[in-house]
Amino acid sequence: MSVFSLSIKRARLGVLLQITRPEINVFGNYEKQVTNIGTCRGRRNYIAGVTRTFSTKVYNSKVPEIPTWKPVPEDLLPPPSKVPVDLVDKLERLALVDFRTKQGLECLEKAIRFADQLHVVDTTGVEPMDSVLEDRALYLREDAVTDGDCAEELLMLSKNTVEEYFVAPPGNVPLPKREERTAMLKHSEF
Amino acid sequence: MAACSAAASEMLHNMKKQISLLYPKASCVIRRISTSCLRCDSQRQVRAQSAPQQLVGVVGLEIHAQINSNTKLFSGSAVCFSAPPNSLVSSFDASLPGTLPVLNKRCVEAAVMTGLALNCTINKKSLFDRKHYFYADLPAGYQITQQRQPIAVDGTLTYSLLGGKKRNQVIRKNVTIKQIQLEQDSGKSLHDDLHSQTLIDLNRAGVGLMELVMEPDMSCGEEAAAAVRELQLILQALGTCQGNMSEGQLRVDANVSVHKPGEPLGVRAEVKNINSVRYLAKAIDFEIQRQIDVLQRGGTVQNETRAYDSKSGETIPMRDKEGLQDYRFMPEPNLPPLIVYEDNTSLPAGVDASQAVVVQKIREGLPELPSVKRDRLVQTYNILPEHSFTLVNEDGLVEHFEAVLRATKKEPRKVIGWVTNELLGHLKQQDMSVSQSPISPSALAELLELQETGHISSSAAKQVFQEMWASPGKTASQIIQEKELGLVSDASHLHNICQKVVDSHPDEVQAIRNGNKRVLNKLMGLVQKETKGRADPVLVRKILEEKTS
Repeated sequence: MSVFSLSIKRARLGVLLQITRPEINVFGNYEKQVTNIGTCRGRRNYIAGVTRTFSTKVYNSKVPEIPTWKPVPEDLLPPPSKVPVDLVDKLERLALVDFRTKQGLECLEKAIRFADQLHVVDTTGVEPMDSVLEDRALYLREDAVTDGDCAEELLMLSKNTVEEYFVAPPGNVPLPKREERTAMLKHSEF
Repeated sequence: MAACSAAASEMLHNMKKQISLLYPKASCVIRRISTSCLRCDSQRQVRAQSAPQQLVGVVGLEIHAQINSNTKLFSGSAVCFSAPPNSLVSSFDASLPGTLPVLNKRCVEAAVMTGLALNCTINKKSLFDRKHYFYADLPAGYQITQQRQPIAVDGTLTYSLLGGKKRNQVIRKNVTIKQIQLEQDSGKSLHDDLHSQTLIDLNRAGVGLMELVMEPDMSCGEEAAAAVRELQLILQALGTCQGNMSEGQLRVDANVSVHKPGEPLGVRAEVKNINSVRYLAKAIDFEIQRQIDVLQRGGTVQNETRAYDSKSGETIPMRDKEGLQDYRFMPEPNLPPLIVYEDNTSLPAGVDASQAVVVQKIREGLPELPSVKRDRLVQTYNILPEHSFTLVNEDGLVEHFEAVLRATKKEPRKVIGWVTNELLGHLKQQDMSVSQSPISPSALAELLELQETGHISSSAAKQVFQEMWASPGKTASQIIQEKELGLVSDASHLHNICQKVVDSHPDEVQAIRNGNKRVLNKLMGLVQKETKGRADPVLVRKILEEKTS
C-alpha cells in the first residue's frame, strides 16, 4: 500500500519533499561512472555498450526506452534451485510476507532463475562495487539546523495519530507459528 | 613520616564517612572504586572454597554514546532532549521516499576525536552499511551503521581502581576498544498497553551515535563501572557526548559470561536496560552470580538478552525478537566511502579544505584528559590520589580548587578538605553544580586565609562557611564581625574568664598542682565554653598554666 498511497497524499497535501543531497544526480553522473569503470579503475565493463542509443535526444536519459536482451541458453546456467519449506518459512518471517501459495513459490523460483543468469558473467579479478557513487567525494554538511519543525505536515501523512505521536501496533508481536499461519492462509495449496 | 600518613588516612577515612553520611550520591564513586577490589577478592575467596577451579566472570561492553551535536547524523534537524514529540523530524528522519542522507561533519569529527582520545587507529577510509530490522521507531526499516569498516579501531581505555589494604593504591587497568562506529539512533516508542498500541516519537530518530565496542577484558561489575565512569569523563572532557546515562545519552549493554580461567569463554548473556553506573555494577555482579549458580546446579547458560530490573536488583529474560536475527547487512548505496585525511599536506588537490576532516588538526585540539589531569593534581599539589578522583569526578571542581589555591597561601593539602568536604558536600546536599556555588573561589580563599593567619579557629571557620553559604555576597570578615566569631585574644578579658574558671574549680586546680597536667584540658574546655569557642587556645593555655602553677 504505502509507497503509492503516500505519494498521492503527498501530492494532495502539497508537502514539498526536499532532496537534501547535492550530488543526487545519479543519472547525470552515470556516463562518467561507466567511463571510470572502463578506464581509470581498470574494471571490466560489461554494460557500457548497451545503452548508448539516445544521446542525441534533448533529455539524455541513460535508461533505455525499449528493453533489449539476449536469452542465455539453459545449459550455461546452474541447475534450477528448489526452495525447501523451511526456507520459505524463514523468508516469510524475515520479510513479514506470506507467499506460500503455488503462484507465490513459482514467482520466487522464477526470480531466482532470472538472477541465475548473473552466474554467466565472468567477474574474475573484478573488485566488487558498493555503489556507482563510490569514487565520489562524500559531501559533509555543517552542523547547523536547517530542517525539522514540521510535525504537522508529517503527522498528516499518518493514518493514526494521538496528540503529536504516530500510532503503530504494539511492538514485537510474535508471528504465528507455521501451522497456525497455514490455517490462516485460506488459499494455501501446501 | 609514618605518623603523618597514618593521620592522613585517618583523616580521609573520617572524611569519607562524613561524605557518605551526608551525601551518598557524592561518595558513590569513591566508595565504588575503593571497595571494588575487595569485592572481587571476596568473591574469589568464596568460590575458592566451593570449587578447586573456580568460575570467574568475563565482561565486555557495548556502549552507545549520543554525539553532542546541534543536528542529526544525516539530516539538518535539531538534536534536543525532551522537545515536543515529533517536532525535530525532517522528511529524511521520517524516511519519506526520495530523501537522502547528508553526513554531518561535526559527527565525524567527534568520532575521530573520541577515537584519538582512546588511542584508536583512525581508518582513513570507512564505510556505511544498512542493518535491517523491523520496528516502528525505525521508519526506514534499516539503520545506517558502520559494520564492515568503522571509523576507528583497536584502541585502549585506561581506567583506575583504588585497591590495596588501605584502599589507597591506584590500580590501573586497560580495556581494549575493538571499534568505534558511527550510526543512527532510533526513535522512541511509548507502549500503551491499555489501548494495545504504540506511540512513536521520531525526535531521536537519526541522532548520531558512536557505538563503542569493548573487548571482554573485565571481570566484575566494579571494573566495568569504573571503565564506564572513566569513559564518561573522557567524553565529557572532549565534549563529544554529554554522557548523561539517565537521559540516555550514554547507554551501556553488558555481555556477561563465566568460565574457568584458561578455558574458552562461556556462553554469554547480554544485559540491557541499565541506566546508571551504579546499576551497571550491580547488574553485572548479579548476572555473574546467576550464571555461576546455574552452572553449579548442572544447568546451562542460555545465549539470551536480559533486562536489569533496578527495583529487584535482578536480571530477567527479555521477551526477545524471534530466534536468530538476520540483519541482512548491505552496503549503504547512498553514501560513498568516508575519507579522513592525516594532515593538510595529505589533502589531494581539488578537495575543499572546509569539507575535509583532518586528523592532525583534531589531535592538536584534544583537551587534557581526566587521567592526565589527576596525575598532574597529585604531583603539583601533593594531594592524595583519592582526592584527585573526587576533584575530577565533579565538573568544574578542579578549576574551583585551583582558583582557591591561587588566592591563598594555605597548603593545598589543607585546602582540599574544604573543597571536597565542605563545598562539595553542600553542593550535593542541594543538588547543585559547582558553577552554581554561592561561594566563589576568592571568597573561600579569604576565609581560609583568615583561619590560616589565626583570626578564627577551625570550628568557627566552618560556622562562617555555613553563613557564607546562606547569605551569598557577605564576605568572611563581615560575617566574623557580625557574629563575633573572631578569636578573643584580648589578654585581660581572657585573664578574667580564666580566673573565674580557676576559682570555681578548686579540685581540678589541685589535681593539676599535684602533677596531673591533663586536667588542664578540662579547664581549657570550660574557658572555650564560656567564650563560645572563640578564645585563642594558645593564649588560654598560657594563662591557665600560670594560674595553676
